[in-house]
Parts: sequence; C-alpha cells; structure tokens
Amino acid sequence: MKNKILIPLLLLPVWVVLYMYLEPMVNFLVYNIIGMDKTSHLTEAIRFFIFEVPKVLMLLTLIVFVVGIIRSYFSPEKTRKALEGKTLFVGNVMASSLGIVTPFCSCSAIPLFLGFVESGVPLGVTFSFLIAAPMINEVAIVLLLGLFGWKTALLYVATGLFIAIFAGWIIGKLKLEKWVEPWVYEIKAGNLGVESAKITFNDRVDAGFTAVREIVSKVWVYVMLGIAVGAGAHGYVPADFMASFMGKDAWYSVPLAVLIGIPLYSNAAGIIPIVQVLLEKGAALGTSLAFMMAVIGLSLPETIILKKVLTYPLIFTFVGVVGVGIIIVGFLFNLVF
Amino acid sequence: MHIKVLGSGCSKCITLEKKVREIVEKNSIDAVITKVTDIQEIMKYGIMMTPGLVIDEKVVSVGSVLNGEQILKLIKEAE
Repeated sequence: MKNKILIPLLLLPVWVVLYMYLEPMVNFLVYNIIGMDKTSHLTEAIRFFIFEVPKVLMLLTLIVFVVGIIRSYFSPEKTRKALEGKTLFVGNVMASSLGIVTPFCSCSAIPLFLGFVESGVPLGVTFSFLIAAPMINEVAIVLLLGLFGWKTALLYVATGLFIAIFAGWIIGKLKLEKWVEPWVYEIKAGNLGVESAKITFNDRVDAGFTAVREIVSKVWVYVMLGIAVGAGAHGYVPADFMASFMGKDAWYSVPLAVLIGIPLYSNAAGIIPIVQVLLEKGAALGTSLAFMMAVIGLSLPETIILKKVLTYPLIFTFVGVVGVGIIIVGFLFNLVF
Repeated sequence: MHIKVLGSGCSKCITLEKKVREIVEKNSIDAVITKVTDIQEIMKYGIMMTPGLVIDEKVVSVGSVLNGEQILKLIKEAE
C-alpha cells in the first residue's frame, strides 16, 4: 500500500463513534438485554467491568499507536547526542523530557546507562533520564486519562517530571561518580555500527502498529485483572473503607505507601486500576499518587539490574532521593487537594 | 557467516535468538550463531538497546524483535 496513514485515518472515526456510545451500549446490554437488576451490587460490578475494559483498551490502542509514531522520531542515540556535555539542570530538564518520548525498556537500562555515561553525559543527567523513562510512560498516561480524566494525567506527568529533574540534579550535585563501578569508565564503547536508513512515513505508521501489537498484547491481562479487582471493590467495599488509614488525616500513610510501593513491582497497567479503587474508597489523592509512582518508578528488579554498574551506596542514594521526592509530592497533593 | 545476538537475558533477546535459529535452520543457511551476554562485550558494538543483531561483526539491528522475514532479509543482504 502506498499510503499507510490512510488505514488509521479511516479507523479513527469508527473509534470515536464506538468510544462515544460505549457507555449507553454497555448499559443497554446489561440492563435490557441481560436484564439485570439496576440496584444490585453485582450488576454494578459487572457493568463497571464490561464498560471499563473496552474503554481502557481502546484508549490504550489509540495512544500507544500515536506514541509509537512519535517515538520513531527519537532514539537513544539521538537523545544521547542531545545530552552530551549539557550542564546540570538544563541537562536534567532535557533528559527528563526526552525520557518520556525516547523508546526505552528497563531491560536495556544497562547498555543505555553505559552508552550515556561513556559519551560524556553527566551522571545526574543520566539519572534524570532513567527516572523519567519508566515512570512517565504512555500506558500510565492512558490509564490515568481513562480512569481519572486529563487533570490527573497532567498532574502525574508534571510531578513525574519534577521528581526526575530534581532527583537527577541532586545526584549530579553530590558528585557520586566515585560510586559507579570502576570498570564502567574503563571500557571503551564502540561506535554505533547501524547507519540509520531513510525512514519513510509509512515505516513510522508501521512502528505505530508494532507498538500497539507489542504493548497491548503484553498489558491487556493486567488491565483486565486490575479492572476486575476494581469492579469487585466497586460494588462491595464500603466507600470510606480506605479513609481511616489512607486518608488525608493519616499523615504517615504517604511514606508508608512509598515504602510498600518500592519493593512491589508492577507495570502501570496493573497498578492504576487498583489505585482507582483506593481513591474511590477514600484514600487521599497524594497518598495514592505516591503509591503509584513508587510502584512504577522504583522497582526492585530494575535496581537489581543497575547493581551491575552501580555500587550499593549509589543505589541507595538513588532510591532514597527518588523516594523522598515522591513523598514530598504526596504530601503536597494531600495538602492542596 | 557469523551471527551474534547481543543481550543480557531479557525476554526480547531470548525470543530474537530463537527466531534467528529457526530462520537459519529452515533456510539451511551456513551460519554460526552465538549469544553474547557479557555486557562489556555487548558495549563494544556501541548499542544502547538490546537485543542487538550482529552479522559478521556489523550491527544490523538494535532494540527490536525482528520477524522471520526481516531476519532473512538482513542475512541475505549480508551475504
């Protein structure tokens, strides 16, 4: 096909109509076709599940596709070039923002770290990237958008950026290069052998489809599981169930949520529907946000991977600085909202 | 021909290695396939995303799990 962009352009109106009429269709199905009792908890739980799953998956497909195209304009190599020799702060801001759009998989954290550090990207700037890239990703943005609306999604991106910028900046200021495994600065990385072939827009559309296939096939299970838990709690758990220990008045809940969140490992798709339940059942926004960021942004497996290149003091500093940043954000939101 | 799959054990790298082996066998291509897991060795190729695919010491692909067709094309081009 000559112009592949036509496929998504033709699909888009279908998507929009489906999305707009999803709720009435689901209601009709549940109340009229299956004929369930409108007032029962079970009906509400089932209705919630049947509505949220296609809604979130549709949003996911659309945004992952768009992000897939945007990402095809970026690569770790270009990002590295942009960051080489940047001063602290400016570098931190750039690295955090580029962390959102540069293709990144936590399994590539090590080669990326080495590639950055060796080409002269400062350590703190590299960390800004490594914090932002997993924490602020399209899946998190989609789920927040779908389940909470654009304000919360924007809030998450803004605070995530803030934490990545400042945590990286602090790590840079502390001059912790001495705590990087010594061999890191000794190995000589080769020059990249892949000459970037000319990419047509059709290739970018393909990249979008590939991203949809890869990501949706990986996260749909978590989305369903998370929403199922949400649906169960939606009907049955009392609305103020979480208020006593995750509400605004329980100040200790923010650091506690972060402490619990760090060893927990889940991708955004699994944790966000659960956070939705927490919020709905009376948990404070700041506390929930902090929990979510700790789970997505700081994970035990990733820190274990980083152990190959970093010594323990640097890993603890990294987790500590980011953890404290998340706690501050949590307190701030509990105070404001 | 010497084909190397670079990657320190992530699921994408394992998938790519499996696919390369399949393709090579299916098309009876005369090639030695090695998996490079040592990170210092991987860095010599200057890649920042895994898996990397190297044919006769030339990096031909980074960061993606190629499909059979793409792998075969890269092998044919390198021949």
